[in-house]
Amino acid sequence: MPSPEIPIRHVATLARLELTDEEAARYQEQLGQILHYIDVLDRHDLEGVEPTAHAMPVLDVIRADEARTGFSQAESLTNAPRRAMDQFQIPKVLE
Amino acid sequence: MSLATQTLASLQRRIAAGEIHPRDVVADLATTIEAGNPQLGAYLSWDADRALAEAEKADTTLPLAGLPIGIKDNINVTGQPCTCGSKMLAENYTAPYDAGAIVRLRSGGAVPFGRLNMDEFAMGSTTENSALGLTRNPRDPQRVPGGSSGGSAAAVAGNLALAALGSDTGGSIRQPAALCGCVGLKPTYGRVSRFGLVAFASSLDQIGPLTKTVEDAALLLNHLCGKDGRDSTSLDAAVPDFTTAIGRDIKGLRIGLPREYFIDGLHAGVSASVKAAVDRLAALGAELVEVSLPHTDVGVATYYIVAPAEASANLARFDGIRYGHRSDDATDLMEHYFKSRAEGFGPEVKRRILLGTYVLSSGYYDAYYLKAQRARTLIRRDFEQAFEKVDVLVSPTSPAPAHKLGELKDNPLAAYLEDVFTIPANLAGLPAISVPCNPVEVDGVSLPIGLQIIGKPLDELTVLRAADAFERG
Repeated sequence: MPSPEIPIRHVATLARLELTDEEAARYQEQLGQILHYIDVLDRHDLEGVEPTAHAMPVLDVIRADEARTGFSQAESLTNAPRRAMDQFQIPKVLE
Repeated sequence: MSLATQTLASLQRRIAAGEIHPRDVVADLATTIEAGNPQLGAYLSWDADRALAEAEKADTTLPLAGLPIGIKDNINVTGQPCTCGSKMLAENYTAPYDAGAIVRLRSGGAVPFGRLNMDEFAMGSTTENSALGLTRNPRDPQRVPGGSSGGSAAAVAGNLALAALGSDTGGSIRQPAALCGCVGLKPTYGRVSRFGLVAFASSLDQIGPLTKTVEDAALLLNHLCGKDGRDSTSLDAAVPDFTTAIGRDIKGLRIGLPREYFIDGLHAGVSASVKAAVDRLAALGAELVEVSLPHTDVGVATYYIVAPAEASANLARFDGIRYGHRSDDATDLMEHYFKSRAEGFGPEVKRRILLGTYVLSSGYYDAYYLKAQRARTLIRRDFEQAFEKVDVLVSPTSPAPAHKLGELKDNPLAAYLEDVFTIPANLAGLPAISVPCNPVEVDGVSLPIGLQIIGKPLDELTVLRAADAFERG
């Protein structure tokens, strides 16, 4: 399967990353090379092989339904770059 | 001579005998770091006062007896920075809790001391992707220490730390250990809690020790492993005393040599050194068996789909709101995300986020991600079949000795291919160690080479036993 040209601007939008024109051109080229390399996967017949998500799968992990102490509001806010009125501050989303 | 040249085991004995107190060890180490770090660049920060206060109160009857352990800067320790080598977390992040591995380490009596440099968010194999400083190889300052746990390996091999923690997603403990000349162990996936390790690729990441000796690796591993309710992938498996693997022989141990790992592209010095290591293992009584891992050729490609895919999801948490860098230039929310992330992340992290986003994007999932997951199954089965015939596998850790600074900088694909021998153990979740073998002479400098020993799932004991027997010769 030949790798198609990556729609780099569209991908950057999905990833919420602003790119300069120079970055977009460079990443487009580099990712193209990497994806071209990744085509070596086609050397093996993968049809019908069961996919692996985790090498050591541990399923149905649950814990006792008991209340535990978490961070206080003040602790939760200590690393916020901006806060106001004991809350995380974000740019305006509603006019 | 600084106490930082000593092993954990020897200092543990001296502390137990009442010859020295852990405060002396921390004070000595702080002076040594102060003097040596400007040249080596292994540490990003260290808080000597805090470590001294902790060492002062240390319970010297505990196995790790107040000994200071350096910590890779992606593992949270309460009240300390955790930059991940990134601008994203460098300005205003202080860890609000101890990682699961740190909780264990402390209950074994250790004192976390110092934050070690790394490739940004653990993405890289030279530590040159750190946004916060250059780390040099202690054996040759013109060369890289490897990565991503380059600060950890440089500190241990350069005698600026007794031992350190690193994290390994595709070789990030073993490869820098090999290139700097120390021991580095990646445990079985799930052995060590990932809670509080800043996530890169969650199905591959694992914390482990970098040490001066195999015995020290066993000692530290005793105080890292175990089930943690805060990491749903941590294994509920019995944790043996790993130091029982030390001082044993390897007569009759079946050692597999994977045909696909001894290839033509190997650096001649690496090839010679690893061949000599294999001869030594045979002389020690091990039985050598040639085996095949036929899907080795797709390991790197599989990894560079799975790891960036998981990274693109994990790094979505950096939104510039709850923690991390926030742009001053945004006027609306979307612009806030775009600019905060563009300003906070460096080039390699952006490259991998874009690659991961692309392979997961609508229409490409089956062509890349699903295919990689299928290839991952074949790689895992290769190991299962090989381990029906042998107890451990050995290989070079890295195809070449340490590169010169800047040599791989503009060629990401070439850098990725350096991980060819370390990646499969992550994809299959297996324990693997790198232990120094004969160094090679390059341009008049003696450069370390690592021998990798890979074991069956949860069989760190046999990996350590083989590595220790090899180390003692």
